Amino acid sequence: MSTLHTVNKSPFERDSLSSCIRLAAKGHSILLIEDGALGAMAGTDHSDMVAGVMKDVSVYVLGPDLAARGMSEDRIIDGIQVVDYSGFVELTAKHDTCQSWL
Amino acid sequence: MKYSIMVNEGPYTHQASDTALHFCKAALDAGYEIFRVFFYHDGVNNGTRYTVPPQDDRNIQKEWSKLAEAHEIDLVICIAAAQRRGIMDADEAKRQGLDGDNIAPGFRISGLGQLIEGGIIADRQLVFGD
Repeated sequence: MSTLHTVNKSPFERDSLSSCIRLAAKGHSILLIEDGALGAMAGTDHSDMVAGVMKDVSVYVLGPDLAARGMSEDRIIDGIQVVDYSGFVELTAKHDTCQSWL
Repeated sequence: MKYSIMVNEGPYTHQASDTALHFCKAALDAGYEIFRVFFYHDGVNNGTRYTVPPQDDRNIQKEWSKLAEAHEIDLVICIAAAQRRGIMDADEAKRQGLDGDNIAPGFRISGLGQLIEGGIIADRQLVFGD
């Protein structure tokens, strides 16, 4: 059973991203949406935590939410994949279940 | 792929209603089915037809109604959450002795059983909220 986790809050505001990373199992994926997109930024206090989980878990970020926050794709952590809404849909189809970290 | 969606946040509050709408449109574009959208907590505020945003802003309520009509999506508002927030259909307004109703086209008022049924019938259930 693989799970897609969505995180919609900035790691600077809530601890939902760190909780998600702690509990995500090998083969799961994490999609950063809304303010959660800020968790994809390289060079922050949270970047090492995000980069650390990527050996077991694929991390994605929703491109339109990055753009809405003025963040260019060249400022995100290496290995994080940018998807659009159709990519979001395909991620939900590819995994067995979806867990929203609200 | 059949989806059941849950929206727990009102329109213009943060971003959940917008994200849910974008997701539903993308899923429909991909040829998937949105079986039901269940509006709970402040999410019930997506279903009042008295929403009048500025003309240059998106009208989230109308977007839901349009999407429901075009793709036969069942938009369900939780009755207990709706009554607390003054979202009424004609029957409920009459039952409560109120002078009018405000439910938007395509929405209906029902109970949590519809959320559970959505989760059983759909292949995936997604929650959008704050």
